[in-house]
Amino acid sequence: MIRAEDAPTTRFIPADTQVHARLTGVTHVYGAGPSGARLHALGPIDLDLKRGEFFAVVGPSGCGKSTLLDVLAGLAKPTDGEVTFEGHRVRGVPDGVGMVFQEDAAFSWLTVRDNVSFGLRRAGLEAAETARRVDYAIGFMGLRDFAHAYPAQLSGGMRQRVCIARTLVLQPRLILLDEPFGALDQQTRLLMGDELLRLWRETKATVMLITHALDEAAMLSDRVGVMSARPGVFIDFVETDWPRARDSRIVSDLRFGAITARLWDKLRIESLKSMGTTA
Amino acid sequence: MTREGWIRLSVVLAFCVAVEALCRFGAIPHTVFIAPSEMVISMLDILRSGELNADILFTLRNVLFSSAIAVGLGFALGALIHSLPRARGAVEPLLASYYSIPTFMFYPVFIVVFGVGSQAIIAIAVLLSIVAMIASTLTGLDRIPSVLRKTARIFRMSPLARAVLIDLPAASPYLFTGVKLSFAYAFIGVIASEFILSGAGIGYSIAYAYNNFNNQRMYGLMLLVIIVATAANTALDTIDRRLQARLRR
Repeated sequence: MIRAEDAPTTRFIPADTQVHARLTGVTHVYGAGPSGARLHALGPIDLDLKRGEFFAVVGPSGCGKSTLLDVLAGLAKPTDGEVTFEGHRVRGVPDGVGMVFQEDAAFSWLTVRDNVSFGLRRAGLEAAETARRVDYAIGFMGLRDFAHAYPAQLSGGMRQRVCIARTLVLQPRLILLDEPFGALDQQTRLLMGDELLRLWRETKATVMLITHALDEAAMLSDRVGVMSARPGVFIDFVETDWPRARDSRIVSDLRFGAITARLWDKLRIESLKSMGTTA
Repeated sequence: MTREGWIRLSVVLAFCVAVEALCRFGAIPHTVFIAPSEMVISMLDILRSGELNADILFTLRNVLFSSAIAVGLGFALGALIHSLPRARGAVEPLLASYYSIPTFMFYPVFIVVFGVGSQAIIAIAVLLSIVAMIASTLTGLDRIPSVLRKTARIFRMSPLARAVLIDLPAASPYLFTGVKLSFAYAFIGVIASEFILSGAGIGYSIAYAYNNFNNQRMYGLMLLVIIVATAANTALDTIDRRLQARLRR
């Protein structure tokens, strides 16, 4: 039996003053130019990401979750509103932001090692430091035996680990994850979630995860934002209150069920709306 | 070698043995076709004597020049067309129907413009092979996953760095298919043009031998062309398969 006091709490804007990234009145309209059909995809969104928090976003298909991430990363310009990262207005991709996509973004022409060191070599980092960071990231993601393999020789989960390692070595302060485990099976997703939590703890980075999977959001995050059907706005924020040192075993915690149930309660209505029905 | 490879080799050998037998027993007249063993001997004689070395080099040089021009120019035009979607919409149907036009019919134009010799041969070979490279470039650039372009932006790469470090290697399996096809078309273009546009080269030597009823030399040279074309194609195909293997996921 889930007690009322076990239910997660709601807080729309964190009181914490350590704001790492902030979206203020952000909207995004596709085709907002003089010609073309307009599609109001997102907003208005107000959101503060606390420094070092693990924030997940769930929402129905097509609600603008990925657009939100693109706007935050500086990959897309908001139609209205302002995005700041570390106090500076975002114009283009800021330094210190890393992103992992759902699609396979490993460079097929490079070995695992060369993939992971790609960004460091471009940054002109000293060879010894590059080697140290790459060795660490490859070991951390369990890819040591495959360092000289090409992506085509790896499974989908391993290729995604290559992309995470490639992001990790650059030591980003804000890591944006766009459904990175969307194409993986359930067991692999749970284990990848553990690795992600380990990475988050070690790097102390702020993480924003977009996911369709409510259990993944509930298991990984400090806070989950629930978005409405298009145009996506936040309709609920759920604080999970998990300890920082956690892993996939928390799925057996009673509160995990309560959090997932609350997320689904909010999301069900929005998902029905996005499918054009209210049943 | 694979099982299929052995079967393929057996079929070729069986064909050669059958033709050899038919020629030896007079079923095929010597004026029409000579035995494969005689072709081999003739080819070796040509190579050993060095008599046609200048012609062989002339042809190979023209093939290399034509391929290089077709690949370089084809890639540049393909990239330009790719960057102009409206122009592409207008040009693409023409490219699709390009190979229905018999390019060789333009040879009088090339003789008028370039005269008889290497330039006219190279022009025809380039005309024949360039569209394969343009089409492959368009396919290659189309197939670059959009997530790689997003990744390049996350790495804050300049357009030039993205083109060199992401776009080019990502498209290279398709681009190399264009290189392979361009080489094959250039080879055909050069040999065929030499029959009508040249006083030198392997194609010219084959025509000369034919006109002088020298079947031994004609078939020896034909065998040489087949061996060179097959060897070049096998080498390019090996590289092509390695590049394509990267895409298999």
